[in-house]
Amino acid sequence: MSDTDVTDQSAIADLEQDIASAIMRAEDEASLEEVRIAALGKKGSVSELLKSLGAMSPDERKVMGPAINGLRDRVTGLITHRRSALKTKALEARLATEKVDVTLPVREAAAETGRVHPIAQVMEELTAIFADMGFSVAEGPDIEDDFHNFTALNFPPGHPAREMHDTFFLPPGADGQRKVLRTHTSPVQVRTMQTKTPPIRVICPGRTYRCDSDQTHTPMFHQVEGLVIDKGAHLGHLKWILEEFCKSFFEVEGVKMRFRPSFFPFTEPSMEVDIQCDRSRPGEIRFGEGSDWLEILGCGMVHPNVLRNCGLDPDEYQGFAWGMGIDRIAMLKYGMSDLRAFFEADVRWLSHYGFRPLDFPTLAGGLSA
Amino acid sequence: MKFTFSWLQDHLEPTASFDAIVERLSLIGLEVEGVEDKARQLAPFVVGEVLTAEKHPNADKLKVCTVSIGKGEPIQVVCGAPNARAGLKTVFAAPGTVIPTSGLELKIGKIRDVESRGMLCSARELGLSEEHDGILELPEDATPGAPFAEVLGLNDPVVEIAVTPNRADCLGVAGVARDLAAAGLGELMAPKVKPVDGTFPAPLGVTLEFGESSSLCPAFALRVVKGVKNGPSPQWMQDRLRAIGLRPINALVDVTNFMTFDRNRPLHVFDLAKVKGNLVVRRGRPGETLKALDGKTYALDETMCVIADENGVESLAGIMGGEASGCDETTTNVVIESALWDAITIAQTGRKLSINSDARFRFERGVDPAFTLPGLELATHLIQEICGGEASEVVLAGVIPDTTRTIPFPLSEVKRLAGLEASEQEVRDVLEALGFAISGAAPVLEVVPPSWRGDIEGKADLVEEVVRILGLDRVPATELPRGEDARKAVLTPLQLRSRKARRALAARGMVEAVTWSFVSQEAARLFGGGASELALSNPIAAELSDMRPSLLPGLIKAAGTNAARGFADVALFEVGQIFLDDTPTGQRQAATGLRRGTAKPSGAGRHWSGTAGAVDVFDAKADATAALAACGAPVANLQVTTDAPGWYHPGRSGTLRLGSNAMAHFGEIHPAVLEALDVSGPLVAFEIILDKIPEPKAKATRVKPSLDLSAFQAVKRDFAFVVGREVAAADILKAAQGADKKLVTAVGLFDLYEGKGIDPDKKSVAVEVTLQPRERTLTDKEIEEVAGRIVAEVTKKTGATLRA
Repeated sequence: MSDTDVTDQSAIADLEQDIASAIMRAEDEASLEEVRIAALGKKGSVSELLKSLGAMSPDERKVMGPAINGLRDRVTGLITHRRSALKTKALEARLATEKVDVTLPVREAAAETGRVHPIAQVMEELTAIFADMGFSVAEGPDIEDDFHNFTALNFPPGHPAREMHDTFFLPPGADGQRKVLRTHTSPVQVRTMQTKTPPIRVICPGRTYRCDSDQTHTPMFHQVEGLVIDKGAHLGHLKWILEEFCKSFFEVEGVKMRFRPSFFPFTEPSMEVDIQCDRSRPGEIRFGEGSDWLEILGCGMVHPNVLRNCGLDPDEYQGFAWGMGIDRIAMLKYGMSDLRAFFEADVRWLSHYGFRPLDFPTLAGGLSA
Repeated sequence: MKFTFSWLQDHLEPTASFDAIVERLSLIGLEVEGVEDKARQLAPFVVGEVLTAEKHPNADKLKVCTVSIGKGEPIQVVCGAPNARAGLKTVFAAPGTVIPTSGLELKIGKIRDVESRGMLCSARELGLSEEHDGILELPEDATPGAPFAEVLGLNDPVVEIAVTPNRADCLGVAGVARDLAAAGLGELMAPKVKPVDGTFPAPLGVTLEFGESSSLCPAFALRVVKGVKNGPSPQWMQDRLRAIGLRPINALVDVTNFMTFDRNRPLHVFDLAKVKGNLVVRRGRPGETLKALDGKTYALDETMCVIADENGVESLAGIMGGEASGCDETTTNVVIESALWDAITIAQTGRKLSINSDARFRFERGVDPAFTLPGLELATHLIQEICGGEASEVVLAGVIPDTTRTIPFPLSEVKRLAGLEASEQEVRDVLEALGFAISGAAPVLEVVPPSWRGDIEGKADLVEEVVRILGLDRVPATELPRGEDARKAVLTPLQLRSRKARRALAARGMVEAVTWSFVSQEAARLFGGGASELALSNPIAAELSDMRPSLLPGLIKAAGTNAARGFADVALFEVGQIFLDDTPTGQRQAATGLRRGTAKPSGAGRHWSGTAGAVDVFDAKADATAALAACGAPVANLQVTTDAPGWYHPGRSGTLRLGSNAMAHFGEIHPAVLEALDVSGPLVAFEIILDKIPEPKAKATRVKPSLDLSAFQAVKRDFAFVVGREVAAADILKAAQGADKKLVTAVGLFDLYEGKGIDPDKKSVAVEVTLQPRERTLTDKEIEEVAGRIVAEVTKKTGATLRA
């Protein structure tokens, strides 16, 4: 080894040390780049050394080649490493300044604030249940004539049962007949029987009117009626349908029902139906348990006179019908206490008792799930 | 209809307990509305004998008593009653008893240092009367320790049943007993009524005078009992009348009331001394009045039926007697009336005069015509028994109608209609127990309903009788299979649209309301309604008088009410019916909504991320468009015209239409309309008539059109046009679209500018046009060529120039 060797070798070591400390001193990528150019750029110190290899003798090159190349590799490595460290540091510094208060409230989605009225929701629940049993939905006008609302339904003129209906009247028309606001949805049954050939299975939901207003009565309310006309449709089938309905609607395993003879002009035999419930908890009714009874609907076999009035032969066709208050069963299921609130459009009430727009009642989802 | 258990037992020898009878009543169609059983309520209260009553050492007005209840040691009770004295039999309540009126539980306590182990009770504390001057004084023979209710005869429970309009026969206790006997709960006791032989001709007659008009009185029977001594009726009768809520008056009147409730046979009694001449049954005459037994004077007319004498009208037939000829303690000769009346006349008269009497209630539902004369005889018996006297012969005007009719009853009907297996014997037993006469034999019985069952018309009625008595619980629930039909839509297109519109609007943050179908006449007029054919004859209130022509008045009013409650920013909608005329086709289904204040679809009110501005016409347009789209309307093809109805702001409203078919309106509500409804804005709204949306074409399959994806990239080009301010944006978009219907697949409007740099009567409209090549990538030259056509077309159609 010559002195020159020693000197050159130590010069390389010094250079390496200088570069290394410059790399470490670089506090950002730009100054690191300067260091890189100073060392590895075209005229950089390391590049110059590399260039000097060409002028060396093979022997010198043998010694200095690996030394200089090693220097270059180590410097390159140091810079890469430092760059990566600086990048991480810079990112961390930036992220540190980008903090937001994620507890700030966001605006509620429209689909969260919108509501569907309980009556509409319950109508859809009813439709889901009865559609599954082969029923379709029939509708009719709110303004009815005397024939469809009363006479066809076996309410003879002057009959006390007519008076029980507290009818709203419209002025007499050219024919002298007063139209009425339908007092029940039964005229839809009449219209259905007049236009369809049995077998018939329909439910008729809709608005109904009686001129009565107090704590538990409103001049407008909602009813749903069901009608089955077929050869051989009897009370036993009615019982089964209503049992299926109550189980599905109140979403219970089973519910005891009590059928009591009653009277409606348009059915014979006629019945009222009570369902089993438990009212022992304050402000809450549970169905399918307990030992109390609660009346929920009226029903019966369609009166032969009604069948005749609708053009059906009572010895050939028979059937049954039932009816109940939609508002009432909504109140029973969902626990509203005041019927009048249904129609007051108070957004507090609607938001509380209404249903989210995407909560479609489905049998698959358990109706109200 | 109320009765007591002992009253029932006049007609029924029960073979079942009281509780079993009560339970069964509801199940055979006589719904029990309530049972008042004082004996049960007052069971803890027993007879106590005061042995000693000494002055309280520490209180002047209190006494320290010792009380015996027949067993155990005498009990010390402190009592404040002035009548507490040794030897008195009174009512004792032991500690632990709950006092019915106060709901308080008695406890052993010390009153001024003296222990008291119970309470001696006043009538008021037991809820028996308002009497509170002292403790109850019971008869001396009362046995200490015995239940006190028995001593006072309060152990006769009162049952209240709801009798349906078809069962007038059960408006008498005897009829209830018959039903119970048929149901196997006891033996019916129905002794025949023996006629009382008259000993003299009736001193007055009666004629039915209806001339040419239809008779309102099929039959009228009367008789006189002379020499009666009227006074209070016997205790048993008073007790029964009181138990069912009637006030005993005097024996003669009480007998008529008793007959009304015992036999569903309303009667009337006149004081013969106050009747002048013969009785005439006729129509009332305009101008006539009657002061009735309720003390009120009623104006009569020719639609009503009255009983008159030479003094004028004495009674409103079948509804209420007159005061002038009524019976009181001085009556010695009484005329008893037992008549039949036309049910519809009774109902109409009662309604017209607002008289709800027990007689009216029964006559309009139907009494047993065959019992007209037996009822008169039974009343005679009762009057003679109580008041003595001598009976005249009976006078009958008119004819007792024969209601006999035969109904052929195939036994198979029970199974056919009710699904119930019942044997011939069971059917016969039930019907016979209810008084039906049966002849013939299976398979078809000949059934004659009893005279008191005017409601029985045909075989369905007979099925009801059989089923209700045998028990509806015997009818097995029978599955009704849904049939072979394929599953298909059960909703009509209109019903489906109502649903879809509802969900779409709710999903836009709107809240569904259900408002009245009727609005005030003023409101109806504001929205194009108010026709006389849609005004109710008997509205419940002036603000609910007319069928609504639009859902808007109800919703706007609701927005106002909510604002008054502090909820100014509301978005409400309703899906429901509106009325254009009174025919079935005049009813339409509308989906209507409004937004008030800052109730924007993106959220209302102030928020750190951006405060909502006032609602505007475009919010309403977006709502309408969303709902229309949800209902399947061809939204992309709809035209927007500026001819919304007059209740909208003329410059900020529009109509969405397909040619002449205007499906929806939207816009700001006219300020004058808001003012008339007393609701402040800003308020924007839309109305969709769901019936007007064209029904989708029926398709053979549900396959969607095939997806056509181009392999070539779409190109977007922006154009800024300067046009007159009056030019509709839609025309620019349409023109751009029309420049090349194949290549232009979308035109968006991304900037609108009026102001500095633009002529005051012009605006700048910037659009982005998407060109979608199908066969190959477009060359620059081709793009330029299309762009030129777009500019030319827009210029041609709208007079626009390309903005420099």
